[in-house]
Amino acid sequence: MNYNVFNLLWQGLSGHKGWQQAWRSPEPKPRYDAVIIGGGGHGLATAYYLAREYGMTNIALLEKGWLGGGNTGRNTTNVRSDYMFPESAAIYDMALRLYETLGKDLNYNIMLSQRGWLTLIEDQHQMEGARHKANWLQCNGVDGEIIGAAQVAQMMPGLQMKGRYPVRGAFLQKRGGTIRHDAVAWGYARAADRLGVDIIQNCEVQGFEQENGRITAINTSRGRIETDRVGVAVAGHSGVIAEKAGFRLPITSHCLQAMVSEPVRPFLDHVVISPGTGVYINQTQKGEMVMGGVLDLYHSYGQRGNFPTIEKVITSAVEMFPAFSQMRLMRHWAGIVDISPDSSPILGQTPVENMYINCGWGTGGFKAIPAGGYMLAHSIATGRPHELAAPFGLNRFRDNRLVDEGAAAGIAH
Amino acid sequence: MIVINCPYCGQDRHEEELTYGGEAEIIRPVDPTTVSDETWTDYLYFRNNPKGIHHEQWCCSAGCGQWFKVARDTVSHAVLEVVTFDKRLSA
Ligand SMILES: Cc1cc2nc3c(=O)[nH]c(=O)nc-3n(C[C@H](O)[C@H](O)[C@H](O)COP(=O)(O)OP(=O)(O)OC[C@H]3O[C@@H](n4cnc5c(N)ncnc54)[C@H](O)[C@@H]3O)c2cc1C
Ligand SMILES: [Zn+2]
Repeated sequence: MNYNVFNLLWQGLSGHKGWQQAWRSPEPKPRYDAVIIGGGGHGLATAYYLAREYGMTNIALLEKGWLGGGNTGRNTTNVRSDYMFPESAAIYDMALRLYETLGKDLNYNIMLSQRGWLTLIEDQHQMEGARHKANWLQCNGVDGEIIGAAQVAQMMPGLQMKGRYPVRGAFLQKRGGTIRHDAVAWGYARAADRLGVDIIQNCEVQGFEQENGRITAINTSRGRIETDRVGVAVAGHSGVIAEKAGFRLPITSHCLQAMVSEPVRPFLDHVVISPGTGVYINQTQKGEMVMGGVLDLYHSYGQRGNFPTIEKVITSAVEMFPAFSQMRLMRHWAGIVDISPDSSPILGQTPVENMYINCGWGTGGFKAIPAGGYMLAHSIATGRPHELAAPFGLNRFRDNRLVDEGAAAGIAH
Repeated sequence: MIVINCPYCGQDRHEEELTYGGEAEIIRPVDPTTVSDETWTDYLYFRNNPKGIHHEQWCCSAGCGQWFKVARDTVSHAVLEVVTFDKRLSA
């Protein structure tokens, strides 16, 4: 059933009893042409593009928990594409462009809100950095501009302009903003299911059978599945899957937290990050303030919050918006993110011949989902990296050809 | 919150008073110009990332300033063993 105003009206009048399940829950088949591991946004997008763009439909997606239960359903939903290196700009801007039409493509409202993404400029060095970045973006053909302090104050009346980090201006990407995260997962899942992909939840990948450097079968908590090709998109658990397949990755797993306040009236129309404190904030359509900060620096698979970080985020948020001091915190949570040495993703071939990977997005891969899925689908279907994915191969760490966005753009989320 | 008893000064230090130094017992190749690219980039970029027991190094940075080694569970964050830097972890 398509989602449109007529069906909504009809269902409204008939008591909403006729909505169908958005995707099936099939039993795993003994064999598939390709299997995708991980039911986050990247895995689900991979399944969709593999079926739609590359015509592979005898495929399954295996998720150990529930769809979007990893970082996709835990992130702060910020999207933007103001990355510096041409390689990164190409891939992140492709993602944002795909997001701009995704609601229509999937027949699913992803609630894209291009409300503007502001990185505050708090000292002379950041101002120079922002100018440098603005030039890069212009060369890359991506939008982004520097605005002055007066305009920042006008856009965000509640922002403290003369605090510990006085605001001198901001770097603004107008096309940046937020998207409803669950809707991305569910929209891709529904669309992939309609194209015939078997989406199998509560199905954990536990090991691989290999012959001559190729995977022949996957052992899961729901039985053995034979397959010709495997795609991996498990974010923080990439190292665990790699170990089961017999190779190592230049990835470490860390806990990244976020939190929301109680809902309040519209107060903040944009997404804003303060580089001084590392804290970033936006208000959801429901009215809650979503707040996040930097990741916990030690290795962790503990998918839960931690007080020192909560305290840092809250004190910084109150410093940015003193009016927040009266608000109550409603929830906090964490996800396990996959950090690579250069803060860029790892895409394409693994040391196992028929296994391809999509990982290393770290604290900022929600915004990249449409492109990341497309890249992994291309690798699975053709056995070669897409031209935009080529600079992000695992081999860059052997050839010392990093795409050091961490150092260049000082990326956060 | 992670709390570790520093094996040098004997004080309980919580994570805000400590600095994390990543995987323990990484050895820099003595002569980078003669080792293979594989060995050198293994040293630079590739790290153990277990879901379970991890051998790592921490510094008592707000206390005595010494580095030491810790075996810690990366899921529960339980600290299983702490030794001074000259010793090897057994856990
Ligand atoms: C608190 C927080 C805030 C963030 N904020 C932003 C932001 O504002 N903007 C942004 O762009 N990015 C943000 N990110 C990063 C972003 O969420 C991730 O980069 C992105 O969601 C990764 O998507 P994924 O599909 O690769 O991984 P996930 O969504 O984590 O999906 C991986 C899936 O694999 C499954 N899996 C793991 N092991 C197995 C197995 N053995 N068998 C079967 N399934 C398995 C997991 O259960 C999981 O569902 C944030 C992350 C966090 C944690
Ligand atoms: Zn000490």
